Amino acid sequence: MAYSSKVLDHFQNPRNVGVLDKSKKNVGTGLVGAPECGDVMRLQIEVDEETGVIRDAKFKTFGCGSAIASSSLATEWLKGKTIEEALKIDNMDIVEELALPPVKIHCSVLAEDAIKAAIEDYKRKNGLLEAPSQAAEQAVTA
Amino acid sequence: MIYLDNNATTPCDPRVVEAMLPYFFEHPGNAASRSHPFGWEAEEAVDYAREQIAQLIGAEDKEIIFTSGATESNNLALKGVFEMYARKGNHIITVETEHKAILDTCRHLEKMGAEVTYLKVNSEGLINLADLEAAIRPTTILVSVMWANNETGVIQPMREIAAICEKHGVLFHSDATQAVGKIPTFPREVGIHLMSFTAHKMYGPKGVGALYVSRKNPRVKVTAQMDGGGHERGMRSGTLNVPGIVGFGKAAEIARQSMAEESERLRRMRDRLESALLQLEETQVNGSREHRMPHVTNISFKHVEGEGLMMTFNQNIAVSSGSACTSASLEPSYVLVAMGLGDDLAHSSIRFSLGRFTTEEDIDFAIEAVTKGVNHMREISPIWEMYKEGVDLSKIEWAAH
Repeated sequence: MAYSSKVLDHFQNPRNVGVLDKSKKNVGTGLVGAPECGDVMRLQIEVDEETGVIRDAKFKTFGCGSAIASSSLATEWLKGKTIEEALKIDNMDIVEELALPPVKIHCSVLAEDAIKAAIEDYKRKNGLLEAPSQAAEQAVTA
Repeated sequence: MIYLDNNATTPCDPRVVEAMLPYFFEHPGNAASRSHPFGWEAEEAVDYAREQIAQLIGAEDKEIIFTSGATESNNLALKGVFEMYARKGNHIITVETEHKAILDTCRHLEKMGAEVTYLKVNSEGLINLADLEAAIRPTTILVSVMWANNETGVIQPMREIAAICEKHGVLFHSDATQAVGKIPTFPREVGIHLMSFTAHKMYGPKGVGALYVSRKNPRVKVTAQMDGGGHERGMRSGTLNVPGIVGFGKAAEIARQSMAEESERLRRMRDRLESALLQLEETQVNGSREHRMPHVTNISFKHVEGEGLMMTFNQNIAVSSGSACTSASLEPSYVLVAMGLGDDLAHSSIRFSLGRFTTEEDIDFAIEAVTKGVNHMREISPIWEMYKEGVDLSKIEWAAH
């Protein structure tokens, strides 16, 4: 199975690899996946508190080429978006943009999960979670 | 392009190709045509190849049954014995780390009424002989243990297994696909009654293999799995693949002549590659290093995902990974998991298998490219970063997906 040129480009020149300062209140971190499953993504956003716009995004990923490309693309898309816009990123948008084959769709799902987890972390830190769901509460206490 | 995936398949040696070519057009006969010179020539060529192959494994030429490859040989051995010896019993013993051609055949036979014991292996990939002996029942008709594992190169204690089978009067089959032509494999001397192997793992063509079936002490028979012209002593019908068999014979001859020297050359290069890569932090060799094929090493690079790592150099180097991210199942290597490796380490494994056409320069290049790739992948790996910060990864509640 050959990789699409877009996957190869993101894999060879990953955008926004790195770390943001977790202790900052306006930084949200999402860590999803598991080493046993062969994929772990950590995606971080830094939000401009005045405008609610994502100013910076960084990632590190343990995974295959498609997982790395999906998270690299996600950080690219996140920058400049508001939180609300960012929540609208759908995994199928990533599948389409990177031309992922069916067997790699889970990589895009993971990237979407990472985006949502980072936003949720940011909201939690800033008291923006409106009526947290039971599942989210469990995640906090876990 | 550097090819370090010789356990998947080997290039066909140009000398083999040359030997095959006349049998496509100049000598096009069917080896079963008894009435004209075309048939005689083809039969003669097949007989000669059968001898070349028999010599490689210390067998009689009549003990070689040609098939389409090792998968068919394994199917014929297991299904053929199960049918032929049905009156004696229905129990088969094999090992968890066998090739799918054995495991899936056993699964099929279970549906047909067979009982199958799958022996476990230790962390070195080796079976426990006491477990084997304890598993033998009055109804046991066959023990099937691979000679060398395709993923790790680990070699099972064949003589000791044979002795146990001999003691209990049980037939012993071995899938020797990865061993024949590379290390000495003499089934009669060792005490193996059926042995599967194939041409394309020993620089011969794809699509032709063989099953060794012992003809005396004991005289073993397998029930044919295809009905037809009764070729190959009635055990495998079908027009013989004459050019393929000629190539298989030539490949066997070359392997026999070059084996001693070649296996030492490969061992030296493999050891050099292995020790250079083990210089990287948090790496390990999977499987016994003592009981192992000379041309294989399987290494886990912790906190780096295998397929991603391969992608850093797969424009230049071909290897395989125990990470099954490319397969539909997404499950990591069952062979490594059976050896007790965690799924994370199985996902981080790469198999390097060297071959006749591997050079010292290839090894130099591979060492540099793989080292660079591992370092790069670790730079972008969140779990490598966490490991470096002293985070205990086993304490994190990962969300399995």
